[in-house]
Amino acid sequence: MTTRAFIGRPTASPREAADWSRRRILANNLRSVVGRAYPRVRGMAREPSWLFFEILLPFLTTSSFVFVYRALQAPQEYVGFVVLGGAMTAFWLNVVWMMAAQLYWEKDQGNLELYFAAPMDVMSVLFGMAIGGLVMSATRAAVVLVVASLVYGVQFSVDQWGLLVTVFVLALAAMYGLGMVLASLFLMWGREAWHLTHVLAEPVYFVSGLNFPVAALGRLGALALATIPLATGLDAMRQLAFAGHLGPAPFLPPLAEAGILVAMTGIFLVLARFMLRALERRARQEGRLTVRWR
Amino acid sequence: MSGSITAPAIDARGIRRVYSAKPAPITALAGVDLEVQPGELFGLLGPNGAGKTTLIKILTTLLLPSAGTARVFGFDIEHETKQIRRIMNMVAGGEQSGYGILTVREQLWMFSQFYGLATREGWTRVDELIDAVGLDEQRLQRVSSLSTGQRQKMNFARGLLNDPWILFLDEPTLGLDVSAARSVRELVVGWKAAVPGRTVLLTTHYMAEADELCERIAIVDRGRVLAIGTPAELKQRVQRESIFRIELDRLVGGPTALARLPGVVSATAATAAQAGGTTGDPRQTVEVNLVLVEDAALGGVVGALGGLGARILALRKSEPTLEEVFVELVGRGFDDSEETAAHALHPSEAEPDHDREHQEVG
Repeated sequence: MTTRAFIGRPTASPREAADWSRRRILANNLRSVVGRAYPRVRGMAREPSWLFFEILLPFLTTSSFVFVYRALQAPQEYVGFVVLGGAMTAFWLNVVWMMAAQLYWEKDQGNLELYFAAPMDVMSVLFGMAIGGLVMSATRAAVVLVVASLVYGVQFSVDQWGLLVTVFVLALAAMYGLGMVLASLFLMWGREAWHLTHVLAEPVYFVSGLNFPVAALGRLGALALATIPLATGLDAMRQLAFAGHLGPAPFLPPLAEAGILVAMTGIFLVLARFMLRALERRARQEGRLTVRWR
Repeated sequence: MSGSITAPAIDARGIRRVYSAKPAPITALAGVDLEVQPGELFGLLGPNGAGKTTLIKILTTLLLPSAGTARVFGFDIEHETKQIRRIMNMVAGGEQSGYGILTVREQLWMFSQFYGLATREGWTRVDELIDAVGLDEQRLQRVSSLSTGQRQKMNFARGLLNDPWILFLDEPTLGLDVSAARSVRELVVGWKAAVPGRTVLLTTHYMAEADELCERIAIVDRGRVLAIGTPAELKQRVQRESIFRIELDRLVGGPTALARLPGVVSATAATAAQAGGTTGDPRQTVEVNLVLVEDAALGGVVGALGGLGARILALRKSEPTLEEVFVELVGRGFDDSEETAAHALHPSEAEPDHDREHQEVG
């Protein structure tokens, strides 16, 4: 049986087939990003049940805090704080649960060894996962933000739209950068990393100031701003989305927080790359990560 | 010269692989030397736990050897991993890779992006391969709904997306029914024959599969290569005499009349068949097992049968099987060795209970 497909596009020699230009390598990596993002984006349309779990349930959680503030007769801006926090929670949840556990799942499915055996850089796969997750979470965040704003009459007061959008993008970059680091950690540490995430979930929510300005936490809040991208991004966005803020004076102006987010993004990406390389080295040495029974 | 088609497709020297395990390290490969030429369909035949998969993991750059060196088309498996990954692909039996939520077409396209195909080229290639492997009707079906055989055809198509120079197939027909296994074997042969120089390294523990597909075979057991050769050469090792089964319409004097002939080691009666079958024809035939010193002695036997007035109805040469070769080399059967390997060699059996959540036979 000889078909055209079996003839394919043969090369003259293995050397020619293996000799890739830098441009080809870059193109391969970029295509791999798109390729890995694809199943997540397609999955959104294939399983509409996520609308219930990913949008309605978080909306209810956000609503409960809105009613607490209303019962306390807090200023209307506080409702806005909660809604913004609810929207950003979508991204955070996606990072710490989906993104962080993804390589671990890929190993169980047998995908990981195919990724390592393919010619692209595995960082592309992580980028693809991040972008796919980001698209999914952005939909959820947008729905929570729009619906909650309309239902609860949130009034935004934005002076610097450009900076607000920049901070939002930087916050996402830093969060997903952290997700890429966590993905390698999860794969290396397995169940222990999973337990750690469980243990840290509520404390992180608390110190990130999802439902109140983080400055209210004093030094703990400052520490959160310096280490948790969710806290940094949220604090900057609150300052920018509700100009003439209420509550305790913020530690840092939005521009400085944008700088912290840039630094976090850089550090997380470098760390993720370093960890992936360490992971591959360990996988090849010990056979524990790509060989499923190991 | 790296990457030359004149370099061996696989050149492995002294490959050892030891896994750390409790209570004692496990030696999966104990010094394997192997040379596979470009264009060969080479088989690694051995029971479970023989070290076949470990060798494939090393050659596909997923695992480092504890000692020894290996090159794939001249590229070093330790330092030239990127080059090797650009010219090879791999498919394993029972592979569940990809995402069930995607259709067959989408899944293959996703992998085409990992292998560096341009977007549009990827879709074209995927469609070609879907047709070639006979999955046209499943093209838009979700991967999660495929049968085992369809899934393996899809995996095979994935393995061909990048037109590899060398394809590693690890038990590719594992768990498939007879028909699906035959389809996969035909695909392997068809793909390899389509372009000269393409090389296939196939591991299997199915003797018939190795016999049917492979131009050369290495029999491996407990991390060692015990013998390498063509199927015929390997069988020759255990066939010291020529064995024929001959069916006659009659034989005056019985098989002992043949046993005295020159070059005949023994002649014994097999079963007596009824030529008329169920038609009620009472004619009886005689089947004789003949063991000859060499094939040339058959001429004398045929001549003698003519003299005895016997007519030859059928003549068949008996060949040893690869299983007999294995028994000869190892001193036990394949089934015995699977049992032994599963208990003595398989790392999953050697690891402590708390690690079992990750264990799945690979």
